Formats: sequence, C-alpha cells, structure tokens
Amino acid sequence: MRAWLKTPSRTAISLFKIALFLLCLIPLTSMAWRFYTDSLGANPIEAITHGTGDWALRLLLASLTITPLRQVAGLPWLMRLRRMLGLYAFFYALLHFTTYLWLDQFFDWAGIAHDILKRPFITVGFAAFVLLVPLAATSFNAAIRALGGRKWQALHRSVYAIGILSVVHYWWLVKRDITQPAIYAFVLIVLLGARAWQREKERRRQLRATPLRRVIPINLQVK
Amino acid sequence: MLIRRPADLAPSEITPQEIYHQRRNFIRHAGSLALLGSATLTSGSALAAALNGIAPNKIPIEDKPTPRKDVISYNNYYEFGVEKEDPAHYAGTLKTRPWTVVVEGLCNKPRSFSIEELLKLAPLEERLYRMRCVEGWSMVIPWEGFPLSALLRAVQPQGSAKYVAFSTLADSKMMPGIKYPILQWPYTEGLRMDEAMHPLAILAVGLYGEELLPQNGAPIRLVVPWKYGFKSAKSIVRIRLQEAMPATAWAVANPKEYGFYSNVNPEVDHPRWSQATERRIGEFSKRKTLMFNGYADQVASLYTGMDLKKNF
Ligand code: HEM
Repeated sequence: MRAWLKTPSRTAISLFKIALFLLCLIPLTSMAWRFYTDSLGANPIEAITHGTGDWALRLLLASLTITPLRQVAGLPWLMRLRRMLGLYAFFYALLHFTTYLWLDQFFDWAGIAHDILKRPFITVGFAAFVLLVPLAATSFNAAIRALGGRKWQALHRSVYAIGILSVVHYWWLVKRDITQPAIYAFVLIVLLGARAWQREKERRRQLRATPLRRVIPINLQVK
Repeated sequence: MLIRRPADLAPSEITPQEIYHQRRNFIRHAGSLALLGSATLTSGSALAAALNGIAPNKIPIEDKPTPRKDVISYNNYYEFGVEKEDPAHYAGTLKTRPWTVVVEGLCNKPRSFSIEELLKLAPLEERLYRMRCVEGWSMVIPWEGFPLSALLRAVQPQGSAKYVAFSTLADSKMMPGIKYPILQWPYTEGLRMDEAMHPLAILAVGLYGEELLPQNGAPIRLVVPWKYGFKSAKSIVRIRLQEAMPATAWAVANPKEYGFYSNVNPEVDHPRWSQATERRIGEFSKRKTLMFNGYADQVASLYTGMDLKKNF
C-alpha cells in the first residue's frame, strides 16, 4: 500500500476529514435542493422522512465499519473519521425525528405518545434515537476525559443495540417487500460478527499465550 | 393534441380543476379521436366517441382534483415494482390491446368481453372520486368509466352469487415485479355482491379525459371509492361470481393487517399506522379522514349491523 495512505500526515488527515464532512452533507443538500425546486415527487414529506431515515441508518453502519476496516486494512488512522460519521448519523436521525414530529404529526403530542407506545416500529425507532442522544452528547474530547476511557467505551457500546433497533425499525415498517431492510440487516450482522470474531480470536490468543502463568500459581498453591 | 400537452397543466398558473373543466369542454366540443394517440387508434376512437357524450358526475364533490402529473407518477402497482415511481417508469411495457375480460362463475351468461365491447357496454360517465390509500395519503381523481353493475347485469348473476372476485394480469414478460413473491400473483380482489352492484363502484377506462395509462391500471380497472386504494384492482382480466368470499391478495399476505372489507374508517387503525388522518397529495397539512372516505351517506347502509372493527 502507498505510504501516504498507510500513514497519512496530519494535513492529509485534516483534508480527509474536510472531504468527509462535505460528502456527508450531500444527501441533505440534495434533499433541500429538490424540495426547493419541487422535484421530490408527489409526496415530498414522505420523501424527506425516508431520505433522512435512510441516511441516518447508512451513516450509523458506516461508523460501525471503521473499527473492522481499520483492523482488516491495517489503517489505524481511520479511527479519526469515526466520530464524524457517528455525529452525522445522529444529525440525520434528528432531522428524521423532527420531520416526523413536525411535518408528519404537527406536534400532536397525544398522537405522538400513542405512536411511541402502540406502534412497535415507532417504539424501536424512538428507542434507537433516545440511545443515540447520550452518545452524541459525549462525542467530544472533554467528555471522554471527564468520563474516563473505560466508562466512555462502556457507554458507547450501546451503539450495537442502536444498530439492531434501527434495522428492526426498518424491518417492521415496510409493508411487504423486505429486501431493503434485509440488506441493512446483512451488513449489520457482518459488522457485529466481525467484532465477535475479533474478540474470540483475541481470547484464544491470550489463552495460548498465558497457559503457564495461569497454571503455575495454582500448582504452587496445591503444593 | 392540445389536450395532451403538460404545458396546459402548469399548476402555478391556474388551478387543476379549472384546467380540467376546460379540457372537459374541449373533449365535449371537439370529441375527436385524434386526442387519444395513434397507437391505440381503433379502441381509442371508441373511447373518444364515448367520452364525447359523457354523463356528468353522479355525486359532485367540492375537493380539488389532484394534479394529473401526481396521479400518473405516484402509484402503487407492485407488478411493476414496489417504489411509488416504479409503475410510471416500467409500466410502459404493458400491452393493453388486444385485451379481454372473462366474466364467469355463477351467472346465466358467462362470456368474455373484448375491451372494445366493454367500452360500448354502457355510457361512459365522469366521476370525480376521492382515493384514500391505506398508507395514509389520498388524491382526488377524475375517472371516466361505467358502473360495474352494468357489466354484472349483462351476464345475469344467479341468486347464489354472493361475491365477485377480480383477477388482474400477471404476465412476467411485461411485468418485472412478478418475479418477486411479494404478493400472490395474479393479484386478486373481491367485493360482496351488493357492494359490487352499488352505483358508486365503477370500472374505469379513462383518467382526466384521456385513456387510462398503464401505471393507473389500463385498460380497465375497478374503482371503489369508499374502500382503501388496494381494493380497486388494476388491469383486470377475470371477474368471477361466486358463493364463497374470495381470498384477496393483501388479506392473504397479512391477514392481521388487511381484511376483506377494507372500508376507509378513521376509527379502525392499521396496526402500524393511524388511519385518523391523511395527507392529500399536494397539500402541506394533514386532513381528517372521513368515514367511508366521505361516502357514508351513499354506502353506510351496506354495513348496518356489522361490527366494522371485526370486519375491517
Ligand atoms: C425518533 C424516532 C423515530 C421515529 C418516530 C421514526 C419514524 C419513522 C417513520 C414514520 C418512517 C416512515 C414509515 C413509512 O413510510 O411507513 C420511518 C422510516 C425510516 N426510519 Fe425512522 N424513525 C425514528 C428513528 C429512526 C432512527 C434512529 C433510524 C436509523 C438510525 C431510522 C431509520 C429509518 C429508516 C431507514 C426508514 C425507512 C426509510 C425508507 O423507507 O427508505 N429511524 N421512520
């Protein structure tokens, strides 16, 4: 692999970040432009609900891709892009939720509460969103320092649950053709599977590396 | 050709309803088969001639017609794909001539009708109907057609005929969606006999004064305005009079969520979404959904004594 890709300079990483920032804005700009030019089709509000939901889920899965990709490709610096993807996922989820609250329900709080309690697809979508909030709120360096790495990591493990809830949300809302949610489910399974596999590999490696240290003290005790 | 130009329809200039009435008058006065495109000249002429002497709407409604561009571009027609834009993109492959509709089952004169015969069966009428989709959106659509009862009377139903079953075309060569087992193909729908004989239930052959487009169910489709949209089967090829309640496509696919009757009813929620309100295509705010889609005065008596929560 080319050296600049393997260990990019600080400037190169900054450029990557700027490029990613702009890239993640494209769906929003495109939706805004099509809204403005009245080319979102016959039902623009539905198109916005779907567009923001789709991108929230895609960016969430993209953020979950960073860790396995970094390991497989041997590109540790990719880690520096993860926060932006996660925050953008939250950003699109927030737009999605706002679209629902405002353009779909017109802040009819009774109707919204009923939906959240009684319609399973909304219940899980809402749960995913609520779980995303603390993650977004702790996605800056001071929060990580304040929490401490371990606690922060434990908190952010809920992203796996969020991924599952989001895919279930999609699965339960489609009327009949489950192709799309099945594709997302497959990707999610691969991403979570990669982690499980990595952890299992790590456990075995440790087992193999440490049999003596583990056994000896016990033997000594017995003696 | 004036009538086919979308430029006539610039929604910013005049309201669709005004244009629609202009077009109506144009058809009435000109009555020319040239309006209907040369590809379907022969049957087109029959339709144009029929449209010429069109009877006025039976039940006038105040609602503004949905712009034609939306009616022909935002469709549920799963045989051509599950996305709303799919039918407009892919239904062009549907060959609507020759076309026959077989009417069979419990009747004295079962027979098949060519589309040309169907166009002459009864005077075509213009019907401006609300259309409410189970997904929570709605349109107001000017159809041209004739009462379904006219066709059923022509085959002389027997007393034992309690239901009418409709089957639609399922041709994998013309319909890419047939490859996927999303619903049971051919798509089937059904009505109780008295529903089918109701004067509001029509077979539509035209839309906005023109021949029906494939994405809207050409060449002939059912329109039952007090029921959710999926009851109004498109591109019909077979109609069967029978004693048993027909198994209808959505009720087979998901019996917990879709029933045989599927009357528009704001008080009976779909398990996954509310049916109390709807978004009229082209409008920003939502509006309240009306019982039987606003046709309660005409059809409520069909269901007296029935528990509509159970018979959803
Ligand atoms: C805050 C709570 C949420 C609510 C109230 C909500 C509501 C909705 C609604 C009403 C729809 C459209 C359903 C339909 O068309 O029948 C939808 C679609 C969708 N939502 Fe959500 N959602 C929420 C959270 C989320 C989250 C957190 C994600 C992903 C991270 C997400 C991803 C999606 C996706 C992918 C779709 C389908 C888009 C498509 O069909 O193309 N939603 N959501």
